[in-house]
Amino acid sequence: MSGYVLKLRNDLAAKIQAHGMETYPHECCGAILGRDGDGSREVLDLLPLANRRDDSPRNRFEVTPGDVQLAEKTASEKKLELIGWYHSHPDAPARPSEFDREHAWPWYSYIIVSVQSGRPREMNSWRLQDDRTAYESEAIESPAQSASI
Amino acid sequence: MAVKVMIPTPLRAYAGKKESVEVAATTVGEALKSLTDQYSELKKHLYSEDGRLRSFVNVYVNDEDIRYAKKDQTPVRDGDTVSIVPSIAGGKGN
Repeated sequence: MSGYVLKLRNDLAAKIQAHGMETYPHECCGAILGRDGDGSREVLDLLPLANRRDDSPRNRFEVTPGDVQLAEKTASEKKLELIGWYHSHPDAPARPSEFDREHAWPWYSYIIVSVQSGRPREMNSWRLQDDRTAYESEAIESPAQSASI
Repeated sequence: MAVKVMIPTPLRAYAGKKESVEVAATTVGEALKSLTDQYSELKKHLYSEDGRLRSFVNVYVNDEDIRYAKKDQTPVRDGDTVSIVPSIAGGKGN
């Protein structure tokens, strides 16, 4: 167990699932905006983005540097941080692939939602280890109602 | 020739938690070498094992993508800002 925890409200989790259903059988992607504190990280908003991998959208996604800069600007305007990225795995488990690992940085939270036959299944979050050799699981927890006010 | 290299948030932990680092350089390649010589832990997140910039790592001098300029030989001048911006890529694989 890594000890990483990502707080994610149910309505925002539903938004990621809906995006994955909408783009199925293609992969969806988007930015995760929120706050990163000492040992606690919370998702507070999402920025759905277009999958720029027009050549292979069923098993790849790409967010261009321009869209990354847009996500950073959006986060800054909302006084939030760009804390990670989400994408879907159509008809595949919500586990990072080798391709995911090669294209990741530590610190970011990477949420993956599995979409099987058009329906959302499990959703997991991952953080790349410092040495780039593997991901660690990041537990997704729904924040207590009182904490979200 | 002081050039400011902006450190993206995910990599600040490997650069003394700094938002930017000033280095002396005349090309982008020198600027990044100086940066990674100072902060060696940054290297593996910017470069692959063969020493090339990782495919998802994009470098800009001011607003110009160095891939469309002279790559690591792109000249930098006093006061220029070098930005490191990732593309976010991935997918289920096969």
